Amino acid sequence: MVSATFHSPMQAAIDARAEAAARAVSTAPPRNEAVAAAPAPASVATPSPKPGFDWSEFWMKVLPPLAGIALLIGIWGMLTFKSTTFPMPAATFMEAIKVFSDPFYSKGPNDQGIGWNILFSLERVAVGFGLAALVGIPMGFLIGRFTLLNNMMSPLISLLRPVSPLAWLPIGLLVFKAANPAAIWTIFICSIWPMIINTAVGVQRVPADYMNVARVLNLSEWKIVTKILFPSVLPYMLTGVRLSVGTAWLVIVAAEMLTGGVGIGFWVWDEWNNLNVMHILIAILVIGVVGMLLEWLLVSVAKRFSYDEV
Amino acid sequence: MKNFIEVQNAEMVFTTRKGRFHALREIDLTVAKGEFVTLIGHSGCGKSTLLNLIAGLTLPTSGVLLCDNREIAAPGPERGVVFQNHSLLPWLTCFENVHLAVERVFGPTESKAQLDARTQAALELVGMGHALQKRPHEISGGMKQRVGIARALAMEPKVLLMDEPFGALDALTRAHLQDELLKIVARTQSTVVMVTHDVDESVLLSDRIVMMTNGPAATIGEILRVDLPRPRNRVELAEDSRYVHYRKEVLDFLYTRHGHVEKQAA
Repeated sequence: MVSATFHSPMQAAIDARAEAAARAVSTAPPRNEAVAAAPAPASVATPSPKPGFDWSEFWMKVLPPLAGIALLIGIWGMLTFKSTTFPMPAATFMEAIKVFSDPFYSKGPNDQGIGWNILFSLERVAVGFGLAALVGIPMGFLIGRFTLLNNMMSPLISLLRPVSPLAWLPIGLLVFKAANPAAIWTIFICSIWPMIINTAVGVQRVPADYMNVARVLNLSEWKIVTKILFPSVLPYMLTGVRLSVGTAWLVIVAAEMLTGGVGIGFWVWDEWNNLNVMHILIAILVIGVVGMLLEWLLVSVAKRFSYDEV
Repeated sequence: MKNFIEVQNAEMVFTTRKGRFHALREIDLTVAKGEFVTLIGHSGCGKSTLLNLIAGLTLPTSGVLLCDNREIAAPGPERGVVFQNHSLLPWLTCFENVHLAVERVFGPTESKAQLDARTQAALELVGMGHALQKRPHEISGGMKQRVGIARALAMEPKVLLMDEPFGALDALTRAHLQDELLKIVARTQSTVVMVTHDVDESVLLSDRIVMMTNGPAATIGEILRVDLPRPRNRVELAEDSRYVHYRKEVLDFLYTRHGHVEKQAA
């Protein structure tokens, strides 16, 4: 049974390839056809051919992740079976439903719904990260383009980049004399490095051929930046952005624990003070999911702008 | 015929991490207007280096290069370059790739419609009028090379510099593009300097074949004048005794006198 369902997509793929090859030979633009046909075997292979839905493949994709989650919950349940302090999975699940059923309530500054907490955290990340992008990306371009600047800045970057985010927090508090700008400052300083470094590396790795084209065509500096540098640096830049957003989301929780205010990090700390462990577990899940979504969003943006070709 | 490109006693020494590398020595070469010259030699003999010198992409360690009696100090629009690996910008369509060159040369003096027409005409000249809006990854290697040629031709250069333009193509596509190039050059009366390692290509296309000795410190070994009438037909030439003779001359130079291990200079 398994071998039969496994065999037929293979055969279909082989047929599709042979057909593509035949077309490539018979028509004038061969490469074009071949490229168009290349993804076809893959798409033939994934959903099954004629006889019904390919269940074995479906289960191979869906079951392992579900099993992983089940394992985690199982271990959690077993370990907390007799515990009085650590909540059980079922109880946490019920509590989560309660928390998510009213995400946008507001009962004073220290008691707001989870939706507000997430939104406030995301806002801080957006502002801090946005400022970092505004400064970091142009700086990366300059460092990549001018060796003098590179030699000037690289020791500073090497020195400052490994510093823990939270070490920057007191500086922010001192300068801005308020919690919220200090948190944003911390996000800014931590998420700027990947963007500077990746953009600079991208600029340095622009293929020499493209720069020769620019020289032969005698393009203006503006055209070089818009038509050659920017598009070829973009994939590197987006990698930097992705790393930065990841870092920013890591840092915000820690920063909010220290600064307070409304935010998911503060919420975790507040619930710890209330000894509401279930809420802490829910917060951990929420932080993970939001981080995952941010990552997914940026990966899909990056895919849109990558020009992988020879 | 008037000397259009002059290379006078050019030397090229590269300073690398491993030390100095003497690539070219005592290069003297003139190319007349409308002439088709190929540079041939074993790989590493510095033929691409010489082409880059003429293009102005690199400057010689000593010696003088002139184009139309002016010193070559940088790349310029009067010298169109076709790169070995096409070097089209993958994020631009074929039209935009060519337009970039057209805009730079004619942008200050011509209207937008004229620039578009020039771009279109250049692509039609190389038989790519059907793929204006395609991106480089959507077309075949031969088509990319055509667009590369169109980009160089669209600037209406006084000389076309080609660095193994058909080296990465299969034999059939290469033959086809060689024929196309012959037609285009006949029509546009272009001066061409082409680097190649293909003996048949050099005999078929050239007025003169510049044969280079092996590096390091490579120089021009011999120059062979190819007196075959144009238009040339590859099938008829295959049995032509003069063609066979020229072909033999080049092979002789490359393999008998300057086999891969060099013993003496010619």
